[in-house]
Amino acid sequence: MAREDVLVTADWAEENLDTPGVVFVEVDEDTSAYDSGHIKGAVKIDWKDDLQDPVRRDFVNQEQFSQLLSERGIANDDTVVLYGGNNNWFAAYAYWYFKLYGHESVKLLDGGRKKWELDARDVTTEVVKREPTNYVAKPLNWDLRAKRDEVEAAIGVKNLIDVRSPDEYAGRLLAPAHLPQEQSQRAGHIPTALSVPWSKAANEDGTFKSEEELRELYVGEAGLDEGKATIAYCRIGERSSHTWFALRELLGYEDVKNYDGSWTEYGSLVGVPIALGDEPGTK
Amino acid sequence: MSDSCAAPDQDLALPASVDLEKETVLTGTVVNDEGELVQGAYVRLLDGTGEFTAEVVTGEGGQFRFFAAPGKWTLRALSRYGDATGEIEAARGVNETKLAVSR
Repeated sequence: MAREDVLVTADWAEENLDTPGVVFVEVDEDTSAYDSGHIKGAVKIDWKDDLQDPVRRDFVNQEQFSQLLSERGIANDDTVVLYGGNNNWFAAYAYWYFKLYGHESVKLLDGGRKKWELDARDVTTEVVKREPTNYVAKPLNWDLRAKRDEVEAAIGVKNLIDVRSPDEYAGRLLAPAHLPQEQSQRAGHIPTALSVPWSKAANEDGTFKSEEELRELYVGEAGLDEGKATIAYCRIGERSSHTWFALRELLGYEDVKNYDGSWTEYGSLVGVPIALGDEPGTK
Repeated sequence: MSDSCAAPDQDLALPASVDLEKETVLTGTVVNDEGELVQGAYVRLLDGTGEFTAEVVTGEGGQFRFFAAPGKWTLRALSRYGDATGEIEAARGVNETKLAVSR
């Protein structure tokens, strides 16, 4: 897969704001960002209200996803361009959903909202109204999603990539540093997991690094075994979607899964092995 | 506990639930050449080795805030007015700093 199949530049986006069949979607945790100004014509998806099941701890199912996209006016044959704040974490998380539910044409806006703002490109507060569609999602593709038992079985067997910050990996912090640190889970990482913070895959302006730089990062520096399957995780599964995107969509590794239960689940499990400190640890 | 990893609104007062005897808070404002508060600046917290730790976006008050640990940290701000870098030796409690961005 080529970079241009999965990423669009801000210039491309600006030239295609009115192209029929191209739908821009802003995905954020904090949708007040969208309300204060968004890319012209873009609809919004709320990471929490729209993508998580309101009762169970799980994400929306096939029917809920179909209903969401139908309401937003997105058709099965549209090219969806996703962007958002937080260096596209939530946009990458939504991208993973679109792939999980079999959407054909979906891309990320490279650099997301950050690059768009730093470039001082136009945003608008115009209300966007799209005609509802009859979107039909495909059944969930389990080739892209890892669950806890599979993760525990992968210790010492598959590549595990922990994409949290080095302090979270080592167990010195329990959450990213913009959040208070009181948490119920144990600290540390899954034994044998390689530490490659998601941020290493991105430039300062939020764009993804080149494929050459990414390969050097994961294989050269971190020691990812290209002959093995890979599972990426973080705290709740969105930063690891960013890395999942880099590994599977940009570098083209076929067997890459995102563990969306991530550390909030793993660090709460009774009896599973945990490694502390800066080294991966052993099985 | 937050159930997401996104940065909260940076203009809000420090929540009463935050225990300043336990937390190490790095906070401050971003200003431009004219000394005006900069909204929409991207502020990064880098650890003692220069590794990315977190990033927030300043609100109307130009304010940013991180929850970290005592020690040496670097703050890096990007904005449409330019960039700035600041070093901070943080202790438990509230640590304040100002970042002046310029081209």
